[in-house]
Amino acid sequence: MKTKVLAIDDSRTIRNLLAACLEEAGFEYFSAVDGREGVDKYSDIDPDVVITDINMPNLDGFGVLEELRGDGINSKVPILVLTTESAADMKARARAAGATGWITKPFDDESLIFALKRVTGAAA
Amino acid sequence: MTGSIMDTFFEECEELLEAMDAGLAAIEEGDQDAETVNAVFRAVHSIKGGAGAFGLDELVAFAHNFETVFDDVRSNKLELDEKLIQLLFRASDHLSDLVTCARDGGQVDSAHHDVLIKALAEYIDEDEEELVFEPMGVGAAFEPAALPLLDAVEEEVTYDIRFHPLKEMYATGNEPYFLFQALSDLGELSVSLDENELPGFDAMEDGENYLSWELSLTTTKPRSSIEAVFEFVEGLCELSITTDGDAEAEVDALAALNAAFGVGSAEEENVVDVPLEQPAPEPVEAPALAEVETVEVPEVKSDPASENTPVAKKDAAKAKSAGPKPTLRVELDRVDKLINAVGELIINHSMLAQQIANLDASDTRDVETELEGFKTLARDIQEGVMAIRAQPVKPLFQRMARIVREASAATGKSAKLVTVGEATEVDKTVIERLADPLTHILRNAVDHGIETPEDRAATGKEKAGEIRLTAAHRSGSVCIEVKDDGAGLNRKKIRQIAIDKGLIPENAELNDNEIDNLLFLPGFSTASEISNLSGRGVGMDVVKNAVTKLGGRVNIASTPGRGSTFSIILPLTLAVMDGMVVSVAGHTMVVPITAIVETMRGNDDMINNLGADGTLLSIRGSFVPICDVASSLGLRRDTTNEPAGVYLLVETENGDRCALAVDDIHDQRQVVIKSLDGVCGNVPGVSAATILGDGKIAMILDPESIVTASSSAAVFDTDRRMSNAIAS
Repeated sequence: MKTKVLAIDDSRTIRNLLAACLEEAGFEYFSAVDGREGVDKYSDIDPDVVITDINMPNLDGFGVLEELRGDGINSKVPILVLTTESAADMKARARAAGATGWITKPFDDESLIFALKRVTGAAA
Repeated sequence: MTGSIMDTFFEECEELLEAMDAGLAAIEEGDQDAETVNAVFRAVHSIKGGAGAFGLDELVAFAHNFETVFDDVRSNKLELDEKLIQLLFRASDHLSDLVTCARDGGQVDSAHHDVLIKALAEYIDEDEEELVFEPMGVGAAFEPAALPLLDAVEEEVTYDIRFHPLKEMYATGNEPYFLFQALSDLGELSVSLDENELPGFDAMEDGENYLSWELSLTTTKPRSSIEAVFEFVEGLCELSITTDGDAEAEVDALAALNAAFGVGSAEEENVVDVPLEQPAPEPVEAPALAEVETVEVPEVKSDPASENTPVAKKDAAKAKSAGPKPTLRVELDRVDKLINAVGELIINHSMLAQQIANLDASDTRDVETELEGFKTLARDIQEGVMAIRAQPVKPLFQRMARIVREASAATGKSAKLVTVGEATEVDKTVIERLADPLTHILRNAVDHGIETPEDRAATGKEKAGEIRLTAAHRSGSVCIEVKDDGAGLNRKKIRQIAIDKGLIPENAELNDNEIDNLLFLPGFSTASEISNLSGRGVGMDVVKNAVTKLGGRVNIASTPGRGSTFSIILPLTLAVMDGMVVSVAGHTMVVPITAIVETMRGNDDMINNLGADGTLLSIRGSFVPICDVASSLGLRRDTTNEPAGVYLLVETENGDRCALAVDDIHDQRQVVIKSLDGVCGNVPGVSAATILGDGKIAMILDPESIVTASSSAAVFDTDRRMSNAIAS
């Protein structure tokens, strides 16, 4: 079975880039346009890994982490934050909120797949 | 990364720029709440993010500066004063230019670019200012670990790795097994579990981790590759990576690592302890890598009201996100093909109807009923398809705000654009082609309409002029109005210019409306006046041409001292219209229904001759000039023995009425507009063509231009004759 990725980003460009890369690499790709939609869709999709942007309307990436990790049920699902901020404290904040790792924008396909592999074990 | 994703990026940029402009406009209006500021920040941020993916460095660099300033606004480090808002507007305009340049090629004005960068830099704190552009790739994310010295290893080296996860690691969804899997990609891996620290069952604490692993990896890959695998768990585990070899490079590497972490010489040789920080019980507060630039990111409070129960919070957010309806993005070509097909369908319907009428059948009623249904359906489809092409004028209006801003800056005047009816939907092509004429009108409004702040103050007006841009649907057409509260048209001057340029005779007697309309004459340009802004070698005739090409009209109204209003009236669609089918000198022609006020069959009593060739039609006691369509189109030279035909009373945009004389009326129906552009160019009096039910081509008339053409030739004559008639 393909590894299911839920990508949450308000930028269509980033979503398309993720979709192109992930589908090419054999992942099953799902997307949401903001944190709210991502959290709402989460249980239906039941993804193997979540990639979320930080800066988003309605519910930001920290909100996604809070809601997904908050109830303790999803403590296992890897959540990668996608961020242009390379700042250490951003990573630390994300990690404290339960992020598994991070992908720094602009990302290349290789580093994205590598990041996914480290948190899901899946090459695809 | 394909071109189509890049297209998406540019499309998205358009939307983001609009959102940014809208946000800035709201901020300028005084709405400086967190969500508005955040929306602008996000727009800039997303543009930067996307641009980074495509290596658009100039765009990224500028967006970064812009973003940095805005981030300080967001975190209340900077106060949004008038000066800063103006700078942000200019930066937003420039960002828009940069996007355009990135898309279409070309260069932005580099002097302007530098000025803005400098102006933005003044707002940026010294310690934040350093621009860090990360190269694409993995290495960027963990600089301190990726030591260049070690990247050159080619021989096979065996690393002994000791890995002890702290309990915090398990709260982040990291899984040792996957890390080991990633390691096994690098070379030969053996894993053994060290359970020596496992306490007795009673001594175990909930959630604590007592397990460690010993791994042995033989690889040609550099140490940095191994460290990269552990990147996400850095600080969440105890990790040591050691080699059995004692290559000099290792010693160097150690020294380098020690230097990097600011420690003295290591106690054990060839051992590098990777925990880059002391595993803190609260890893939240301490930045993992202290020397990396820090940018404060404040917690974004979404909404004070949402701090109730978690359930209420969820619901509120849900309600908010339920706003936009799902949409589907379709290539315009596909829609246009559909529109064309619908056009053909309508023509097909007319043909079918005609065929049936010609049938020698005794009872066609049933067929006709079905045909009626066909017609209704075709109309529904047509309206549906048209609705797809319809778009709100909001983006167009937002762009105009920039025009007004720039024009105000260039002329030293103060003007504010107020937009009304932004949600009004207009055909996409119309919106696109309206941009130029609107720009021109708005520049004119600022340049010639709005007075200088001093003059305004002297006449008791607000210092800042107001230009009101309105869009509204008005009985089958769209009306776009630009209304300024400036000085109004200087009719004396306009008249003089027209005389100087030989556009009207010196003794021409014109009413106010006619004088105002002189602006639209080709060759009339008041550029000699003051500025290089609106008078760029093109006059208002360009505006009129553009609007006319869209099947619309433009009209001026002006009150001295109170301002001027330019109205553009456009058809709702460019593809289909309701027309009256008439015959003129043996030709079948179509007159747009929207232009016709009334139709009547004439008789001789109603026609009053005025001089040699002027005729007036008397309608219920008032006189309306008659315009013979056949002769004005050059189809019939001899107008003396024209049959007393049918008159179509039309009203021009400036309210003048005229009776168009045609031979007969046949029908009223929906016709598909086929442009004549590229077939025979611009024919005076004819706006387009259509195909009728019998397959024949019919011209669609442009009543306005027919009336103008015939009256402009005769207007001065008529005036004189009228005054003579009254005098005698």
